Amino acid sequence: MAIQTLLGAVNDALRTAMRRDESVLMFGEDVGLKGGVFLATGGLQKEFGKERCFDTPLSEDGIIGAAIGMAMNGMRPVAEIQFQDFIFPAFDQIVSEAAKLRYRSGGQYTAPMVIRTPYGGGIRGGLYHSQSGEAYFCHTPGLKVVIPSTPYDAKGLLLASIADPDPVLFMEPKALYRSVKGEVPEDYYTVDLSTTRTVLEGDDVTVFCYGAMVPVVEKAAAMAAEKGISVLVIDLRTLLPLDEDGVVEAAKRTGRVVTVTEAPRFCGYAGEISAIVAERAMEYMEAPVLRVTGFDTPFPNTLEHHYLPDARRVIDAIEKVYSF
Amino acid sequence: MMNPSLDDPAQIVAMKTILDPSGQLAEGYSVVVSDDELLHYYRSMKLVRAFDDICLKLQRSGRIGFSIPNLGIEACQIGAASALRKDDWFFPSYRDFGMALYHGVKPVDMMHNMFGNSLDSAKGRQMPVHFSFTEPIKFASISSPLGTHLPQAVGAAHAAKLRGEDTVALASFGDGGTSTLGFHSALTFAGVWKSPVVFLCQNNGYAISLPAHEQTASDGYAIKGMGYGVRALTVDGNDVFAVREATLEAVEFARAGGGPTLIEAVTFRMGGHSTSDDPSTYVPKEVVEEWAKKDPIDRFEKFLGARGLWDAEKGEQIGKDCLAEIDAAAKVAAATAPPTLETIFSDVYAEIPAHIRKQGEASFELSNRLGEAAAGDGAFPL
Ligand SMILES: Cc1ncc(C[n+]2csc(CCOP(=O)(O)OP(=O)(O)O)c2C)c(N)n1
Repeated sequence: MAIQTLLGAVNDALRTAMRRDESVLMFGEDVGLKGGVFLATGGLQKEFGKERCFDTPLSEDGIIGAAIGMAMNGMRPVAEIQFQDFIFPAFDQIVSEAAKLRYRSGGQYTAPMVIRTPYGGGIRGGLYHSQSGEAYFCHTPGLKVVIPSTPYDAKGLLLASIADPDPVLFMEPKALYRSVKGEVPEDYYTVDLSTTRTVLEGDDVTVFCYGAMVPVVEKAAAMAAEKGISVLVIDLRTLLPLDEDGVVEAAKRTGRVVTVTEAPRFCGYAGEISAIVAERAMEYMEAPVLRVTGFDTPFPNTLEHHYLPDARRVIDAIEKVYSF
Repeated sequence: MMNPSLDDPAQIVAMKTILDPSGQLAEGYSVVVSDDELLHYYRSMKLVRAFDDICLKLQRSGRIGFSIPNLGIEACQIGAASALRKDDWFFPSYRDFGMALYHGVKPVDMMHNMFGNSLDSAKGRQMPVHFSFTEPIKFASISSPLGTHLPQAVGAAHAAKLRGEDTVALASFGDGGTSTLGFHSALTFAGVWKSPVVFLCQNNGYAISLPAHEQTASDGYAIKGMGYGVRALTVDGNDVFAVREATLEAVEFARAGGGPTLIEAVTFRMGGHSTSDDPSTYVPKEVVEEWAKKDPIDRFEKFLGARGLWDAEKGEQIGKDCLAEIDAAAKVAAATAPPTLETIFSDVYAEIPAHIRKQGEASFELSNRLGEAAAGDGAFPL
C-alpha cells in the first residue's frame, strides 16, 4: 500500500477506473494537458489519450448536458467542474435533468455519471472559490451526494460512485487535497455509498461532520479528551442518500449531538441531521442538538478563518452539550 | 477605417490594424489625439505592467495570495478605455484593470483590494483583482463566475436608454467567456433590444490552458455576432489605436441609438493565467516568442519615438516612476489594518437580519472568551 494525499487518491481512482472500463471518460475545463487546476487529472490524457481525457469549451452547462447524453448512450462519464462555485450554470442540467431522468422516463433512460468538483474554504479564495453548496444538491431527489475526507475513502468512494447506476455529485474538500495523507491500496476497491465512518470512538458526545470539517472535529475531540470528555466522531461521507439508521444509532449512544458543516446554517445539512435526531431519537437526548456552521453570509476572503468553523468553535459546542 | 459588419463574414473576420509592429501607421490614418493623451496611453500601459511586476513579487513573497498578469494585453485595455466617457459603465473581467488605471482609479485603492484590507472598497471580501469602484468611473464589481456580467451590461445599457440618457456600457470578456450562457443571452437580448452596449472580446489565445481554436470551431469570435444580428469586427488587440478606433466607432453608434457592436481584439496573454499557473506546461515556447515580437508597448514606443515623444531614457524613467508609484501604493496597503470582524456580517442585506446579527454577536462573544480564530486553524493552505 502506498501513502497518498487525498488528491493523489482521486487521481489513482480515476486511473484505476479508466484502466478497468473503456467506457469511463474524464472531461472538463483544463483537465487534459494541464491535468486540472489542482492536478487531480494529471497524466490521464497522456495514458488514455485525448479521446478519453479531454478539455471542453468553457461551459458547465455544456459539460454536464453532454455528460448526461453520454451516460444515456453507454458511457460512464466523469465530468469535472473546476470549482463547485462554478457549477451553477449546470444547475438546470443537474437538478432538472440528470436527477430526474430515471423517474420521468419510468426507468427507461438513466444517467449513470459522476460530477467531480472541489469545494470548500481554506485557500483564501473569497466568495467564489470557497463555497460548500451541498445543501442545494441534497435537496434534489435522484442525485447522490458524496464527500470523502481521507485518501482511502476518496479512492473507494469515487470508484463506487463511478460504478453506481445513478448520477453522483462527488465533492472533494480542496482544503484537504494535500494536507491529509494515508494508506491507499493499489488495486480496485470500493467503499459502499450510504455508509458512515466512525472516525473516533467515544461515549459522551456525538459529533457528525464530513469533508474538510473532519480534521477540525478530530482536533476538537482531542482537546475535549484532555478535559475528560469522550467524543464519538462520525464522518457522514455520503450525504444523500444518508445512512439514517447509522446516524440515529450514533446519536442515541451519547444523547448529546453536535453537527459541524462549513456551509451556511440556514436550511443547511446540519439542520437535516438535527431534524432526523429530533424525529427519531428525541427521547434519548440529554441536551439541545447543536449546529456549528459557517455563517449565513457569503464567504469572505481576508477573514475566512473567522468564517470557517474551527476547533475553538467545535469544542465550545461540545462543552455546551456536555455540561447541559 | 473601422467598419463593423452585420452580414459580411469576410469583413467581420479580417483583422484591422492601424499601428503595425514596426510602429508604422496605416495609410490614411492620422492621429487626432494630443501628445499629452498619447503619453497618457503610454504611461497607463506601463502602469499596468508595473502593477503586474509588483504583484508578482508580493505573491511570491506570500504578502498577497493571488494576482492576474496582463503582459501583452495592455493595449486592449487602454485602447478600449480611452473611447469611453467617465459617465459610461464598465462591466470588466478580472484582466481589465488597466481600464480603471487609465481613468484615474488610484493604484493605492487597487492595492487595498490586493491585500483585502479595511480600506478595500469590497471590505476584504473578494479575492485580489476582483475590483469594484464607483469613482471616478463605474467599474462594476467583478465576479469570478465567467460571463455573468454580460447580460448585466445589457441591462445597465438598456436602463440608460429607457431614461433617454446617452451613456453606454462596455462589457469585456475573454475568448473563454464566449462559451458561457451569459454571452449568448447577452447577445440575444442586445440584438433584439438594440441596446447601447459594446462587447469587447479579448481573444488572448488561451482560456487558462485551452487554446482559442479548441474553444470554438468558428472562424474567430467576432463572426458570432452575425448569428445574433449584432454588428461585429476583428481588430489587432496589440494595437492601441485599432482597439480605440473600433471602440469609439461602436460607442458613437450606440450613443446615437444604433445598438450593440461586438469587437474581437486579437491579442496574446504572454504570462500565466494567474500567479498560480505555469503556462510552460501548455503554451509552446515558439508561440510566445512570436507574440513577443508584436508586443503592444514596444510597438507604441516606436511610434512615439518617431514623433519625438519617446526615447530609451525617457521610457526607462517612466517605467521607474510607475514602479515607484505602485510600490508606494503597495506599502501603504500592506500597512493598513485588516477588515474588522463586523464586515463578515454587514452588507448581506441593507439591514442586518436578526439571525445574522445573532450569529455575529455569538462569534464576537466566543472570540472574547476563547481568543480569535487563527489563520490556519481550520484553514489549510493548498
Ligand atoms: C463559470 C466559470 N467557469 C469556470 C471558471 C474558472 N476559470 C476562471 S478563468 C477561466 C478561463 C477564462 O478564459 P477567458 O474567458 O479566455 O479569459 P482570460 O483568462 O483568458 O482573460 C476559467 C475556466 C470561472 N471563473 N467561471
